[in-house]
Amino acid sequence: MSPIIKLSNVSKSFGALQVLDGISFDVHPGSVVALIGRSGSGKSTALRCMNGLETIDSGEIDICSHRLGTTVEKGLLRALHLDVGMVFQSYNLFPHLTVGQNIMLAPRWVKKSAKGEARERAMEVLSRVGLAEKFDSYPEQLSGGQQQRVAIARSLAMQPKVMLFDEVTSALDPELTGEVLRVMESLAREGMTMVLVTHEMAFARRVADTVIFMHKGRIHEKGPGAMLEAPSTPELAQFVGNGL
Amino acid sequence: MAYQFDFSFLSEYWPELLRGLWLTLKMSVLTIVLGFLVGTVLAIGRTAHSAWVRRACGVYVEVIRNTPLLIQMFLIYFGLASLGLKLGANFCAILSIVINISAYTCEIMRAGIESIRKGQLEAAQCLGLSRLQTLAAVVLPPATERVYPALTSQFILIMLTTSVVSQISAEELTSIAARIDSITFRSFEIYLVVALLYILLAVAVRGTFWLIARLVFPRLRRLGTPL
Repeated sequence: MSPIIKLSNVSKSFGALQVLDGISFDVHPGSVVALIGRSGSGKSTALRCMNGLETIDSGEIDICSHRLGTTVEKGLLRALHLDVGMVFQSYNLFPHLTVGQNIMLAPRWVKKSAKGEARERAMEVLSRVGLAEKFDSYPEQLSGGQQQRVAIARSLAMQPKVMLFDEVTSALDPELTGEVLRVMESLAREGMTMVLVTHEMAFARRVADTVIFMHKGRIHEKGPGAMLEAPSTPELAQFVGNGL
Repeated sequence: MAYQFDFSFLSEYWPELLRGLWLTLKMSVLTIVLGFLVGTVLAIGRTAHSAWVRRACGVYVEVIRNTPLLIQMFLIYFGLASLGLKLGANFCAILSIVINISAYTCEIMRAGIESIRKGQLEAAQCLGLSRLQTLAAVVLPPATERVYPALTSQFILIMLTTSVVSQISAEELTSIAARIDSITFRSFEIYLVVALLYILLAVAVRGTFWLIARLVFPRLRRLGTPL
């Protein structure tokens, strides 16, 4: 099976700081890849490059049949964003819109769905994350965990082929983290292709098909979740040890 | 003080005062709507990607904010007339106020636009919204809600500023009051009445803005908390 995401020798710098240094990896349809590593190791930048939020300096990214190079056309980005959903650490729900309006906005404005159809779809994805009763609430009326689940639902409403999760539980306390991870786990079981940046080692070990440990902008170690129990490099051993 | 107050002239001049009040109200509504639209476009320009657009809008704002409204109005009414372009007094009054208020509105709206976090724009981008759609659905509504109190104050100020246009003989409230004064010589009484009418107008405008906020910001209506 050919990969749905392929990073080939991708590099990215911010000024003099090299954040990604020639990373390459594949993601196959239906699989879950977890990017782990210390803060500043380049994992979030890698994720943002996959969604065109950052432009790469060299290399190539093929994602859902879209090719991102060192320059990216605006039209290509819009097409890419129809196939790739992204969920952020700080939820980024639109505060002036209700939960339902947040979810229906893109289907209505981008996919030009009819209002009834968009509403039906919004209710469906909200039910999937267990928040159907919050349709008419505003984001500020929800807990952090609920807001993050709405953000996941908002992405799901666009029926993406791939979902990217950027440290989606980092701002949540352990109880709220659990409710978000359960939603992500059920998505993984349903066969959604997911790439996630996470500090939840137990979650990565349990759910990810492949775990990639990044260190100083490079892929330092890559393998199945079990790799976290028997790291082969001292850097990963130290990272996992500190994490636990 | 031997001064005898006499408001009897009002019975004769009420209709004229009301006509002036009506013109002031019409002028205020028109300048507020146009000033808001032009100011918002300028604010978008002030935050545009193109440095040239940003600079051009910045120069406009600085020039307008650093010259008095009266001079801008004289320039448009008398200045253009001396160049051969004669425009009506009311039209010049409205044009000069719109030019003036748009510069101030621009800065208020810019503050609102810049208060929108980058993450909101990235979320909109990741959902596939175009730049224009992002502006219309994600940026301008909360930006306007956040600066709405400042906009309201600015617009009431502009409503009061319409009195300046009496200097070019536009037929608004202050202009008519000046004419009645020149006939009756009851300066204190006429300007007292006009001041009361301006207060009434300001209260009405403020009430209208409150009502508009309830209509266009449903979140505010339901939760009552600032964004």
